[in-house]
Amino acid sequence: MSGFARTRSIAFAVAWRNLHNFFTNPVLIVPALLFPLFFFTAFAGGLSRVASAPGFDFAGDYTAFQFVFVLLQASAFGGVFTGFALARDFESGFGRRMMLSAPNRVGILGGYAIAAFARAVFIWVLLTAIALAVGMGVGGNAVDMLGLYALAGMINFAALMWAAGIALRIRSIQAGPLMQTPVFLIIFLAPVYVPIDLLSGWVESAARVNPLTAVIEAGRGFISGAETEVLLAFGAAAGLALLLAVWAFTGLRRAEAAGG
Amino acid sequence: MSPVWLQTRELARRSLVRTLRQPAQVVPTITFPLFLLAINAGGLDAATGIPGFPTDSYLTFALAVPFIQSGIFAVSNGGADLARDIETGFLDRLALTPMSGAALITGQLAGVVALGLLNAVVYLGVGLAAGATLEAGVAGALVLFALSLVIVFAFGCVGVYAAFRFGDGEAVQGLFPVMFVFLFLSSMALPRDLIEQEWFRTVATLNPVSYLIEGVRSLFIVGFDGRALALAFGCGMAIGMAFLALSVGRLRTRLVRT
Repeated sequence: MSGFARTRSIAFAVAWRNLHNFFTNPVLIVPALLFPLFFFTAFAGGLSRVASAPGFDFAGDYTAFQFVFVLLQASAFGGVFTGFALARDFESGFGRRMMLSAPNRVGILGGYAIAAFARAVFIWVLLTAIALAVGMGVGGNAVDMLGLYALAGMINFAALMWAAGIALRIRSIQAGPLMQTPVFLIIFLAPVYVPIDLLSGWVESAARVNPLTAVIEAGRGFISGAETEVLLAFGAAAGLALLLAVWAFTGLRRAEAAGG
Repeated sequence: MSPVWLQTRELARRSLVRTLRQPAQVVPTITFPLFLLAINAGGLDAATGIPGFPTDSYLTFALAVPFIQSGIFAVSNGGADLARDIETGFLDRLALTPMSGAALITGQLAGVVALGLLNAVVYLGVGLAAGATLEAGVAGALVLFALSLVIVFAFGCVGVYAAFRFGDGEAVQGLFPVMFVFLFLSSMALPRDLIEQEWFRTVATLNPVSYLIEGVRSLFIVGFDGRALALAFGCGMAIGMAFLALSVGRLRTRLVRT
């Protein structure tokens, strides 16, 4: 078996195990499903009148406006929650056993990335179905929607790499708050409820330098069919993914040095 | 001094010291609601331009929400402390003494109620410093603190009931997101008459948390609104009394003398 084939085999085995745990454990799957649906319900349902505020110039409806935010949020937290699984595996000693059996440990990280992506896709399908069922208007074409989901996939990967970097350094689930709090902050310091021009105070200043702002705005552009900041968004998402992948790989090296 | 009072005082002192000695219980109850307030005040300020919005400052409008979040923290903090007493066997040792059940519940909540009062002072101070207004003035601040205590006590009773019901700190902590569902499905972000979706408005109208928020909010925006305050105090007391009664019922099965 070639080196690549072995690495791929390890990645698929790790991914399968993680997905099996996820789909067969209600404690893991229920919150992962309920939280995005709840945020979608609360924001799209409770705040729809905000769309009539002066200066609210989004081309689509408010359900679509919030759908993009919740989709990206769910993707990011899908990555973070998979990072929790990684931390738990290392805390319980299973990570050490995986390290011993894998000649190329990058495959382990790849396995978690596949699992995180599969978990995110599962939630995207459900969320999209519900949004369409409640009458969300989609102005973008198939390519636009592909662009939106591509951005969500990159955010999912970046969030996983962030969480994995922490998990591999601390190797305990006690690092959970450290994994999710910065992600929570960066997501909510973006234009959540209104377009960026309607933000005020320090939140506006923070949103203007937040790389996720471009991603969210571009996502909203895709769904409404009025593309905006596409290159900037993909550049920001790719930059985050690359930077955080380096963070995760150096974490992997630290875990190896520590003996798993 | 009656034995019940002595018992209550001792347990209250223990609860108070235990709460204040745990920064993990104190710090998030102050920082997390203020952070969300800051985000919502900046993010939803444009909503004040909606015709019929009751104030031109979203900060003033949203300042009611941290007072409810403080109550939500009381569920997990108060409940988790009692659950720990159950898990460690402290409650069983109390069962060997002539300890009054009522004293146990009242004393157990002293820590979270005191923390709730501290939170209320901080929220009000930070809110006013950031530019919010309190239409009801100084007297209104006293009513606000009284309402905060009712809210924290009411939610604390929910936590105590959950601790008796589950006897497990992790299960009690699991109630925290459930409580947030009640908060988000209320008139937290917009006045009920400005909620566009009818089903959401109906849920918010049926949700007692809406009345707690609106009572607190009335002091900031209107001044003294008798109806809003009566509903808020009424809902708070009803929740507190209902869960206190349920807790006492559970306590009888827990505090079995042998």
